[in-house]
Amino acid sequence: MSTVLIIFCVLSAITLATAFLTVFSRSPIHSALYLVICFFSIAGHYLLLNSQFLAIVHVIVYSGAIMILFLFTIMLMNLNEKKEVHRPRITRLGAIVAFSLICIVLILVFINSKPIVGEYTTTGDDYQSIKVLGKVLLNEYMVPFEFASVLLLVAMIGSVLLSKKEKSEN
Amino acid sequence: MDNILNEIGIENYIFLAVILFSIGVCGVLYRRNAIIVFMSIEIMLNAVNLLFVAFSTYHQDTQGQIFVFFSMAVAAAEVAVGLAILVSIFKNMGTISIDKLKNLKG
Repeated sequence: MSTVLIIFCVLSAITLATAFLTVFSRSPIHSALYLVICFFSIAGHYLLLNSQFLAIVHVIVYSGAIMILFLFTIMLMNLNEKKEVHRPRITRLGAIVAFSLICIVLILVFINSKPIVGEYTTTGDDYQSIKVLGKVLLNEYMVPFEFASVLLLVAMIGSVLLSKKEKSEN
Repeated sequence: MDNILNEIGIENYIFLAVILFSIGVCGVLYRRNAIIVFMSIEIMLNAVNLLFVAFSTYHQDTQGQIFVFFSMAVAAAEVAVGLAILVSIFKNMGTISIDKLKNLKG
């Protein structure tokens, strides 16, 4: 086994274990903290695939912004972990059946699409440095880039409006 | 580190992303706390992003990574608006258990 494969296996184990703990741990605070570890390990996967810029952006956006939002919301609500009632058995069974079915179907789909996607070849061209990414983003994808800014503005205004205290009618 | 997919193989990334996505689906179906449901949705988005980057490396193509940027922007906007909605639901109803949100049921 090469070093890269060992790193990949360790990172994958961390990712899957923390994702599982996020879904199944009792208190929401613990879920949020496990989710932070999960996001960091996914950033590690990006680094392993040699896309540094995406890894940095992922750490900033997910582990920085989104997790702060989650933690503040949990703090604002002051959730009690005892409140959640025990699930009926049918729900648990349904979740497990859905998990296995989706796993099997997606894995079969991707494995059977192997002849279509072709073989992996490396040409040695630079395709994922920040220089190339910036050129592609601001030449071919200029219009979606601008629309993303509009989307973020609308989301900001919307969240301010939603969380504003409502005035009484009278 | 140039031909990393020669050593790891795209299949391993596919397995990882599929299992991660399925864990997210499982969380959406199983949990009743709306915040955990949101976290599961984030896990699913991340699984898809990971597969995008892996195939972008596989095909030596930049466009997969560009798509991941836009999906991250949409995810950030979605989480901001969704959590604001959750906070206002909590202020009005005192709970965020999705079992209690049955006002639209006939």
